[in-house]
Amino acid sequence: MAKFKHPQILIANHLLDGEVLFMGKAGWLRDHRAAVVATSEAEAEALLALGKAELAANKVVDAYLVDIAISPDGHPEPIHYREKLRTLGPSVRLDLGKQATNTEFGDI
Amino acid sequence: MNIAVTPPRSNAPRAAMYYYDTFDRDFVNERVAQFRDQVQRRVSGALTEEEFRPHRLMNGLYLQLHAYMLRIAIPYGTLASNQMRQLAMIADRWDRGYGHFTTRQNLQFNWPKLADVPDILQALAEVEMHAIQTSGNCIRNVTADHFSGAAADEIEDPRPTAELIRQWSTAHPEYCYLPRKFKVAVTGSSNDRAAVLLHDIGLRIVRNEAGEIGYSVIAGGGLGRTPMVGKVVRDFLPREDLLAYLAAILSVYNRYGRRDNKYKARIKILVHETGLEEIKADIEAEFAALDRSGTNADPEEFARIAAYFAPPEFDAAAGTSIFEAEKARNPEFARFASTNLATHKAKGYTIVTVSTKPVGGVPGDVTSAQMRVLADAADLYSSGELRISHEQNVILPHVRLDDVFALWQLLQTAGLATANAGLITDIIACPGMDYCSLATARAIPIAQDISKVFADPERQKLIGKLGIKISGCINACGHHHIAAIGILGLEKSGRESYQITLGGDPTFSASIGERLGPGLEAHEVPQVIEHLVEIYLAERQGDEAFIDTYRRIGQAKFKPALEREVEDGSHL
Repeated sequence: MAKFKHPQILIANHLLDGEVLFMGKAGWLRDHRAAVVATSEAEAEALLALGKAELAANKVVDAYLVDIAISPDGHPEPIHYREKLRTLGPSVRLDLGKQATNTEFGDI
Repeated sequence: MNIAVTPPRSNAPRAAMYYYDTFDRDFVNERVAQFRDQVQRRVSGALTEEEFRPHRLMNGLYLQLHAYMLRIAIPYGTLASNQMRQLAMIADRWDRGYGHFTTRQNLQFNWPKLADVPDILQALAEVEMHAIQTSGNCIRNVTADHFSGAAADEIEDPRPTAELIRQWSTAHPEYCYLPRKFKVAVTGSSNDRAAVLLHDIGLRIVRNEAGEIGYSVIAGGGLGRTPMVGKVVRDFLPREDLLAYLAAILSVYNRYGRRDNKYKARIKILVHETGLEEIKADIEAEFAALDRSGTNADPEEFARIAAYFAPPEFDAAAGTSIFEAEKARNPEFARFASTNLATHKAKGYTIVTVSTKPVGGVPGDVTSAQMRVLADAADLYSSGELRISHEQNVILPHVRLDDVFALWQLLQTAGLATANAGLITDIIACPGMDYCSLATARAIPIAQDISKVFADPERQKLIGKLGIKISGCINACGHHHIAAIGILGLEKSGRESYQITLGGDPTFSASIGERLGPGLEAHEVPQVIEHLVEIYLAERQGDEAFIDTYRRIGQAKFKPALEREVEDGSHL
């Protein structure tokens, strides 16, 4: 595991529809804003282990940790632009992806 | 499984293209059934992702940034109107109402659900299409000149050759697990529109002194992180020896190609590390040792395939009076006619390029409604045929000149009449980080911003033909290496950064673009492109193309273009 530098969240794709998912307190979410934040190396390792278990259980694919910062309104936001795009959708099609629905995403 | 098939128009012409025989149909249907079973086993958990991944990739299914992506093969860019309608149906029923034409003449859907993909593949099979050979370390979908069978400068239609290679290579056990992917391109014209020098193997149809048709064979070209111009390994290969010679090249590649490092596993590395004379000797030795009769196609089989591509019957009396009159009457139509038409081999006919690059648009994206208009246009005006170009445009190959005005009016209704083919706003761009999981930066917004800067059609006309190509990572799907002005998107310190290259050329005089200087911020790119164009316009002699000006005056003259005003008013 890479050296812990920033708080992290767990990200993956839904096996069936490919949509980007984030690990919440009670399972996977479609909205990153309620994702569980790991604030220490131990918490990050536990989160990653959960991701591997979810992969093994064939619920998701491509699970990994993403560095985040806490936004002024208290939500986790990815630091890197790649992961930021994954929380939104294509920047050239604002009518598609998560950004297209300005509502809270429910659990799955 | 009952899959809806979009019915053809009752009066639709039958496109001159290859049609499946029983073997083809059974093979494709069998692959769909196999994949349906593989998907079911994946969903049930019987297959892990690691086990399933090779299967999905062999059927064109990738996992991208936001969703799965299905890449559909359009063999050598040829599409019939009913196939285009079926793509529209798939876009509406299982995707988000649009598709993306790629620089490999394929089509990508960006939002399919895993469980729907077998049904999509079945719907494709119903119109003789599939997603085989669009991924993996195999011989990929063979590409060809998008003006095939229509161009005035053509020696021979390259599509029968491309189709023969497709049939030979599909599911060929020796070529399913090559060291890396392997791309073949074919041209039959004296002007190269298929970038044959930039493929693993390029085939140029030529005549020898006796007037016989054969191939000039090129090997070791490619783009990606190590761009290289291919080398001619055989000046003239008789047609009947094509498959044996290709097999010889692939055997040499399979035997000596590096498998220790995926970035050095392409044949271009082997050809350039080995040296031309030695690699030619290796290929010739392999070729001499091969059982040619057991490998080559029967000439009758080639003739059978070629017969499918017999051109439509052209009307010898096709005139130009309506075309000329409308051009004189309508300046907007005259502009379209001056940019989007190419010379056809038949008198009274033309080749029409339908641009997918309106100002501010997404290069290569076409909505389902536009697909249906294109299908109608093909039926009404182009013998039911369409082509997809590696420039991400759609071609109507056989249009009477006197029908062009009516066609243009139809295209206008769907926002498809942009008069910019080959001009500075006809920009190639890969999906970049808006979609692609490999990308290091976005490409599409850069194309959009540049096209807005050069939106004025008069200015575009003044600049003339000038290719800008943008890739969102070093894999170079946007062909930036072979653009007059290339743009490569990278990451630098957690931000998108864009390198400019100049002097690329995709034709028979191929060259790889040279880096101009340090990377730029995204918002700086359009300004720098403007400066480059200003320098070009100031330096060019007569109607000299950008590449010729660049080769004549050198890169140093273009360096000042990197000077730009920054936010505090100072200059970089």
